[in-house]
Amino acid sequence: MKNKLIISLLALFAISLAGCGGQQAVKPSASGTGQAAGAGQGAESAGAGQTGGAQGSALGGQQQAPAVVLHTVHFAFDSSHIDSKNRAIVEANAAYMNANPQVTVTLQGNTDERGTREYNLALGERRAQSVKRMMRVLGVASDRMKTVSFGAEKPVALGHNRAAWRLNRRVDFVYSD
Amino acid sequence: MQHSISMSAGRSRWYAMLVGLCLAIFAQSVGAVLTIEITKGLEHGLPIAIVPFSWSGPGRPAQDVSAVIKADLVRSGRFDALPTRDFLSMPHADKQVVFKDWRLIKAEALVIGAVRALPSGQYQVQFRLYDVFKQKQLAGFLYVVTAAQLRTVAHQISDIIYQKLTGVQGAFNTRIAYITRTGGVHHPVFRLQVADSDGYDPRTILRSPQPLMSPAWSPDGTRLAYVSFEHGHSVVYIQNVDTGARWKVADFRGINSAPAWSPGGRRLALSLSLSGHPEIYVMTLSDGALKRLTDDSAINTEPDWSPHGRHIVFTSDRSGSPQIFRMNANGGDVERLTFEGNYNAAPSYSPNGKLLALITEQQGQFHAAILHLRDSALQVLTDTSLDESPTFAPNGQMILYATIVHGRGVLATVSVDGSVRQMLKTNEGDVREPAWSPFDHQLQAN
Repeated sequence: MKNKLIISLLALFAISLAGCGGQQAVKPSASGTGQAAGAGQGAESAGAGQTGGAQGSALGGQQQAPAVVLHTVHFAFDSSHIDSKNRAIVEANAAYMNANPQVTVTLQGNTDERGTREYNLALGERRAQSVKRMMRVLGVASDRMKTVSFGAEKPVALGHNRAAWRLNRRVDFVYSD
Repeated sequence: MQHSISMSAGRSRWYAMLVGLCLAIFAQSVGAVLTIEITKGLEHGLPIAIVPFSWSGPGRPAQDVSAVIKADLVRSGRFDALPTRDFLSMPHADKQVVFKDWRLIKAEALVIGAVRALPSGQYQVQFRLYDVFKQKQLAGFLYVVTAAQLRTVAHQISDIIYQKLTGVQGAFNTRIAYITRTGGVHHPVFRLQVADSDGYDPRTILRSPQPLMSPAWSPDGTRLAYVSFEHGHSVVYIQNVDTGARWKVADFRGINSAPAWSPGGRRLALSLSLSGHPEIYVMTLSDGALKRLTDDSAINTEPDWSPHGRHIVFTSDRSGSPQIFRMNANGGDVERLTFEGNYNAAPSYSPNGKLLALITEQQGQFHAAILHLRDSALQVLTDTSLDESPTFAPNGQMILYATIVHGRGVLATVSVDGSVRQMLKTNEGDVREPAWSPFDHQLQAN
């Protein structure tokens, strides 16, 4: 119920933005497109040997508040620079957060698959921090923003081509209230 | 001359437990089998004749030992196994060997053997290796093992043959760890798996709906360090491969990643961003004490220790693009090692410390390559375009890496001179992030 309310509020907000700014509209979408961090999913471990002591311990992540993805910022290869088109998206999100002081956001940094995984994990964090820095300049308090990097591990497009890579080099805004 | 050894009972229990475990917990993961495809072979390997081993016992043996040996030797790229149909005789015992028969078909080495079922339910495996021209036996061993140990014995025989004929220790009786990913964008399943070096007998030691990354073997081969996102962010764990017991070693603010064991196994190099950007740290495992080795605003990640522990190499973009650097293991004397191209990353030392395997970018393609530390020569080894995670075999002869072929994540190996390549594929999903185990040092021949 609360979730729906947020979506419709965001939709209203998006429409009003589109109306006055003439910029690309901020499109809310259901949380299915974004990846909520640690949605209570555990990993199961097992041994492969000698004592046979399989420790299938489910280590659950903590439950999180319902999340809604407002929008996504995209990047060039091996870059955390926010160009003018993507800057407008960050500005729209900053405006939303400034208008809704109760919401907090997780900035999820991602990369395409090219290059090495550990470097990409670091690059994803740098992208998330780059967005956070711009949001702060736009008036959003640091303590309302968290960053997390998934590196190349959570692509939204599974192809191995330019079109997929372009979509995967991104920071997702994942909101909670 | 015959030596006789018997394998420790531990190994057989190990396999028995394993089978039960797989069936009980991971029945659905049995489908993910790795298969090997040789994509580029050597034209001038050493010609070797491997006579199919004789079998005495009911039915068929649990494993075709000589077939496993033959596949191992061919896969190494150093041997040319002569076709069985050309053989003029089929000896199984020393007194049946007629060297002229093997000289005529230009075999330089000959392997014969026999497998026999014992009343105890165990198997007796014997083999002999000959130098055809010198008409001399180079090795001969006899083993008494369980059915579950037959493949291990076959790999061990391959190791002996490889060592006798090339002078280099074989790495067939070793294991590999890797990550598989199945499912679509929304419901992926990640598994950390361990298999024999030929991809046989894959076992899932961790399964998660969230990404798993960067498995790294402890120097004694008993534990794997890796990165798991099960809590929604990167956390470094260590898991005992045999028991499944696992513990969290790094869960700081920011990213926790790129675990690399010190040669003695008591410390872990890591890339942590608790200071705000990714820096290389060394953690003492006994007390968790952290020492920071790098200090700049760039990305510093993918550390790897030199074999003697004196240096740590790592990836940093402090000079603008990702390049490989080396520093003392205490953090001093940083030196840039790569200058060719805009992207060099994921360095991994060869066991002798003279080479680095790495990923290099050329015209938008990411290739596994070797950097010769003596003269800084960079040698590209592959023609695939999305290579990652290169790791040396423990004998330094092959590099195992991940790449994409026909849209699928596969593992591939390439000999250090680039002459021999092969691919390990799963029947579903992607396989990635391989790590080759150290030598298995539990079996000693007399």
